[in-house]
Amino acid sequence: MTTDVPHAHDQAARHDPVYDELHESADFVELRRRFRNFAFPATAAFLAWYLLYVVMSNWADDFMSQQVVGHINVALVFGLLQFVSTFVLAFVYSKYMNRNVDQLARDVELRFNNESNGGAGR
Amino acid sequence: MSSETLATILFIVVVGITIAITFWASRQNKTTADYYAAGRNFSGFQNGLAISGDYMSAASFLGISGLIALAGYDGFLYSIGFLVAWLVALLLVAELLRNSGRYTMADQLAFRMRQRPVRTAAATSTVVVSIFYLLAQMVGAGALVTLLLGVEGEFAKGVTIVLVGALMVFYVTVGGMKGTTWVQIVKAVLLISGTILITVLVLAKFDFNLSHLLGAAADNSGKGEAFLQPGLKYGATTTSQIDFLSLGLALVLGTAGLPHILIRFYTVPTAKDARTSVNWAIGIIGGFYLMSLVLGFGAAALLDTGPGSQVAATTGNLASPLLAQEVGGGDGTAGGAILLAFISAVAFATILAVVAGLTLTSASSVAHDLYATVWKRGEATEKDEVRVARIAAFVIGGIAILLAIPAQKLNIAFLVALAFAVAASANLPSLIYNLFWRQFNTRGAVWAIYGGLIVCVGLVFFSPVVSGPETGTALFADHDWSWFPLSNPGIISIPAGFLFGWLGTVTSKEPEAEDRFTELEVRALTGAGSERAVHH
Repeated sequence: MTTDVPHAHDQAARHDPVYDELHESADFVELRRRFRNFAFPATAAFLAWYLLYVVMSNWADDFMSQQVVGHINVALVFGLLQFVSTFVLAFVYSKYMNRNVDQLARDVELRFNNESNGGAGR
Repeated sequence: MSSETLATILFIVVVGITIAITFWASRQNKTTADYYAAGRNFSGFQNGLAISGDYMSAASFLGISGLIALAGYDGFLYSIGFLVAWLVALLLVAELLRNSGRYTMADQLAFRMRQRPVRTAAATSTVVVSIFYLLAQMVGAGALVTLLLGVEGEFAKGVTIVLVGALMVFYVTVGGMKGTTWVQIVKAVLLISGTILITVLVLAKFDFNLSHLLGAAADNSGKGEAFLQPGLKYGATTTSQIDFLSLGLALVLGTAGLPHILIRFYTVPTAKDARTSVNWAIGIIGGFYLMSLVLGFGAAALLDTGPGSQVAATTGNLASPLLAQEVGGGDGTAGGAILLAFISAVAFATILAVVAGLTLTSASSVAHDLYATVWKRGEATEKDEVRVARIAAFVIGGIAILLAIPAQKLNIAFLVALAFAVAASANLPSLIYNLFWRQFNTRGAVWAIYGGLIVCVGLVFFSPVVSGPETGTALFADHDWSWFPLSNPGIISIPAGFLFGWLGTVTSKEPEAEDRFTELEVRALTGAGSERAVHH
């Protein structure tokens, strides 16, 4: 086990083999796939959208300075859209996790509680 | 009653409330989990409010509106970056961290690394980030007291600093996490109420028409429509445009690496509550930043912001309180005096609460990671640990105070952006690698932290912010050792942190702790075996 790792510490010595088993279980593999399939592309997307805003602010003066209504220009609308997209993505992510991931996580945790030898989680 | 007397009374009331909360909370601290993580018993909504309280610091309330008042649209980037940054925390960090750590940021690294080197590194960067952040809050406190009590000079500053310092140590040593969390919640409610009030009063002056407000701001600023467009502050040269990009990166990647925000995720019972709390925080903080846009342009429209004005002399740090005075009826009126005193007291409460949160985080890290684990190898008594936390709070507060004195001329939001750059460079790479990269190891973590930290702080040290006559606000304006042109180093130091982390990992011969990563992954994603809430 892990006790031969140099500078092993109390937590390392506590490794419970039930984790290996859970890690390979179909539920966990599916859970991880669903989480990553959402979180990774969504992160790439909002970072790109945000960087587009920063770059446009810097190097697209003419476009950003166009007035939309009265003194409200494209730059302000673009900035406010960053707020909107943040609210929407936070909401969609939570819905997605609720619907697709939380139940699987509960199942795996339940299995852990039934099968672990009491060595983990204090 | 003069506005000074009124302000002093409100200050005392605010401080009194926070002290009462702290005493009340201290009577419920029974275990270490209570002290460091508030027994993991806060609800998602409560923690969301507390996170908002921690996040809406003097930088958000005083700094951003001041930057908008002076630089117009370019100040808006801060609000946007500070908000979008929460998505990194929500999607990649909050829930996983809740399940894999216990008390400090270092815990989740120590989970699968060699404890002593990673805890030392993580504690070091925790302290450095916190000092940058604290320094900004102290600058805010100094400006407020000078404004309110009308006293200038070293004596007033000295008194403020001693007061804030003493309260800081008190919150940390007596209240622990539960005390500071309640202080944050009360302060968040106060701050939001105050901001809504001023926002409504400002908008009322312009018939609730945003376009009229913007037009008046553009006129009064003397810069015309350019005031409402990007580029006024950062558009002049290619260097300043790159500086803008660098700042934008630091803002969006910094939040998920801020230690005092990260440990907030430990105060809730489950990962799902961590998610709920970030959602509340995004809603509250987003609403607040929308209002700060009104405050900033409102100050530009209604106050004198030209050279030599009080707003300009304090780099905008006093724009919000002065705006409150103006919409209350102006200088010399009762309404103006009341609103000025109220908003200043709220700002002071904000500073106290954030200072408490930051000091608790860094003192906890010194006591728990450095002293108890690295130095005493887990043999320290709880009494000793608390004593070390107390000393650490003293020392860290002292350093922040000493640095704050020459920094009085810098904008608070700008200073906090430096703390964000340090957090994004030193903390974020190791966090992300640790949660998602199986091969990541001790050397990788240590290199990522020290590499990002040294590059970031080093570049700040050699930037025009610290020395040289160029900006007129440098800490050491009489000497000039600057050679790095950007005022925010994020664009170099954040990639450097990731690069060092990768380099350290692939050059290390340490045997992989594969089963530890397996355990971390299962724990982080499902909560299996994670720390439970404490039931009394």
